[in-house]
Amino acid sequence: MILEIKNVTMKFGGVTAIDNLSFGVKSGEIFGLIGPNGAGKTTIFNIITGNYKQTEGEVYFLHESISGLKPNVIVRKGIARTFQNIRLFKSMTVLENVLIGFHNQANYTFFESILRLPRYFSNEKRLKAAAMDILERFGIAKFADYNATALSYGNQRKVEIARALATEPKLLLLDEPAAGMNPIETEDLSNIIRNIKNEYGLTVLLIEHDMKFVNNMCDKVLVLDYGEEIFEGKPADAILDKNVIAAYLGDFTNA
Amino acid sequence: MDFSTFMQQMVNGVSLGSMYALIAIGYTMVYGVLRLINFAHGDIMMVGAFIAYVAHTAGIPFELSVIIAIIGASIVGILTDKIAYKPLRNAPKISLLITAIGISFFLENLFNVMFGGVPRAFSAPDYLTGTVHIGSVVMPVMVFVVPLVTVILLAIILWILYRTKYGMAIRALAFDIPTVKLMGINADFIIMIVFALGSALAAVGGVFYAVSYPSIDPLMGIIVGLKAFAAAVLGGIGSVAGAVVGGFILGFTEIVVVAFMPDLGGYKDAFAFIFLILVLLFKPTGIMGQDLDRSRF
Amino acid sequence: MLIEKKHFLQIFFLIATIWFIWYAQNHLDPYTVSILNNIAIFAILALSYNLINGIAGQFSLEPNGFVAIGAYVTALFLIPGSDKLDMFALEDPAPIVMAMHTSFLPALIMSGIVATAIAFILSVPVFRVRGDYLAIVTLGFGFIIRIYAINNPKYTNGAMGLNDIPSVANLYWCGFIAVITFIVMINIIYSKFGRAMKAVRDDEDAATAMGVNTFWMKTYAFMTSAFFEGIGGGLMASLLTTISPDQFTFLLTFQLLIIIVLGGLGSMSGAILGTILVMGGSEWLRFLDQNMNIFGYNTGAHPGLRMVVFSILLIVMMLFARRGLFGNKELTDIFKRTKK
Repeated sequence: MILEIKNVTMKFGGVTAIDNLSFGVKSGEIFGLIGPNGAGKTTIFNIITGNYKQTEGEVYFLHESISGLKPNVIVRKGIARTFQNIRLFKSMTVLENVLIGFHNQANYTFFESILRLPRYFSNEKRLKAAAMDILERFGIAKFADYNATALSYGNQRKVEIARALATEPKLLLLDEPAAGMNPIETEDLSNIIRNIKNEYGLTVLLIEHDMKFVNNMCDKVLVLDYGEEIFEGKPADAILDKNVIAAYLGDFTNA
Repeated sequence: MDFSTFMQQMVNGVSLGSMYALIAIGYTMVYGVLRLINFAHGDIMMVGAFIAYVAHTAGIPFELSVIIAIIGASIVGILTDKIAYKPLRNAPKISLLITAIGISFFLENLFNVMFGGVPRAFSAPDYLTGTVHIGSVVMPVMVFVVPLVTVILLAIILWILYRTKYGMAIRALAFDIPTVKLMGINADFIIMIVFALGSALAAVGGVFYAVSYPSIDPLMGIIVGLKAFAAAVLGGIGSVAGAVVGGFILGFTEIVVVAFMPDLGGYKDAFAFIFLILVLLFKPTGIMGQDLDRSRF
Repeated sequence: MLIEKKHFLQIFFLIATIWFIWYAQNHLDPYTVSILNNIAIFAILALSYNLINGIAGQFSLEPNGFVAIGAYVTALFLIPGSDKLDMFALEDPAPIVMAMHTSFLPALIMSGIVATAIAFILSVPVFRVRGDYLAIVTLGFGFIIRIYAINNPKYTNGAMGLNDIPSVANLYWCGFIAVITFIVMINIIYSKFGRAMKAVRDDEDAATAMGVNTFWMKTYAFMTSAFFEGIGGGLMASLLTTISPDQFTFLLTFQLLIIIVLGGLGSMSGAILGTILVMGGSEWLRFLDQNMNIFGYNTGAHPGLRMVVFSILLIVMMLFARRGLFGNKELTDIFKRTKK
């Protein structure tokens, strides 16, 4: 188990967003978090990444508790994420966005950059090459010097994932990666995610609404509704589970 | 220090605290609703004082001059929002802050051009400038008028906030502007009310200030404004009750510390700053504050 | 290509500037040279101010405070002990003040270091939270410095200020330090630190989510700004040869704000152009503060009208031309084909 959520509850004032949730993600898995809107999926992400502190419960990453750590520290432990509403750095180019991901991999100090000492040059060269490499994998290397906002929505999504990849994570959290994409882009994205998962030895935890995508990608899914788990298992089985159907469509049994 | 001096200083503290509270409320409401530190707010206080001065000097009875000042200041506050802040609602935060500083500087220099930088005497009716004898203690009348009026105004504000639909809208806006708009509430109108109320209170504070230290000048709003904002942060930014609490704490501290430790007199203006730093270090949400920004993610 | 087009341009500008500094100091009249000195110092301040406001995106009102600190530190280090005894009228100078004496360069560096240290002390409470309060804290800080200077005559000679500061600063000092400041700023921008500062500016939460320690990025920016603002203050002290608490008011910060907004928040080239334009414009508009004869009617002198015009200019820029002249690009970016 690379990630373990144990009895996590999240309350915002009077609202219980997550209710006693427990699940685990195995190393190398592609794990899907699905459920109706407002079910608490992004909240779980925010708890894992340290943006929210859960009211109760523990989060373990690589068997180490990460509850209460600051978000940028958690990134260094090996967890990276993308956002539901793409949050690229709008004033910077595609390449610069990815280079931010490499921020902690750049081994030169503030003074070394001011004085332009050799470590600055060697690190910048290495990281620019690494960043271009990632961009090529995503098929968007030609946009490297474009302002990030100039790209199509689908490509911006790719930049965001590339940027997250640059942090050299072990666990990648993708928040609705296929949102707003047409079927061709979605297919393209699935292939890319599978490839980078294999190539970089990643585990992927993703939130999605596109059931075809989920079916295609995920080894396992967890269905949430009103902050509670209502199903855990294979995607194909999830669609047939009556609780899941009830959560999405309403309960017809007592109509 | 004898008892009468002690009482005098206590009451002075309450009076000064009330003035800070009146101005702090405007800061805290605008910040609560727009997340904007309205740098020009202290200058609104100055504008209120000057409008009252001009009206009274022109022969208008004092009480009416104050009403005119309140209305005038509210209009200036509303105009500031309409002209400078509203167009930038969706702009990066720093643009708004820069504009606010621009408005502040503009008002100061405009009034400097109109009235000159030399302080002007502010004449007020005898019933306000006189003194009151309580036993052996002699106190200026203002020292009682200010807190009394402040409490009344505070009661009115709280009534508006908690007992009217407009107040509820104001409180809702502090949480989440997009959702409030979806509910069909005209956010711009509510924001206008917020500026009007805050500016009105600041005008009253300005008149009080002018009567108590009987002179006004175009730069009078800066220091008081800064301190009032520190008071608002101390009490918990976004909370009206907090603004009042912070205002009183600051006013008291200034008067009392100087009274008991006169050597520190030159530093009394620094207390606000020290409080601000302490709050940021130890309790950023302030005494009564809540964390306003939960929905960032 | 051994030298890229961009590098060629940079080297050209560098050599041209150095030549111009030499030429001006030796061949131009004193009045012009004094204007150039002012431009150079304001350029140093504007470049520094642009780093925290424009690159890191943290709205600060700090310059007048750190410039004051730098001015006093350098002045105290430059004035000989015997002069201090005569000059300090309200109280005898403190022992440490008497002991402070060194040459110009170490004095300037001390100015920078003291300002930087104080910047760090301010960073801790402010940036730990969210930085919204930076503006108010720095605004208050500027006032506090003035209060401190007035209330501590044994260190500062109180409201009387310091005069007869040795006049060491000239266009070589001001010009070269301006060039160095520019190079330092550019080097920061085109490095992981500059990128991280911009990321903090664009979306602080996303920056944190990518592992950036936003506290330190803001703090580095703030401390670096303070360092060069302190040095600028030191240069000012030696150039003007007399300083007092009332010289370092919010007006100074406001002028710098206009400069960097006009030039383009986040553009160092813009900051330089903005300095030249605003200083020039300020001189040109001086007539507004004096008596004017319009159609035979004397308006009388109304000091402050010039600043009314400037504040309107600032507001109008924020409403209609927020990006200023260069936006957030540098001069050499125009020659790079960054596609929009």
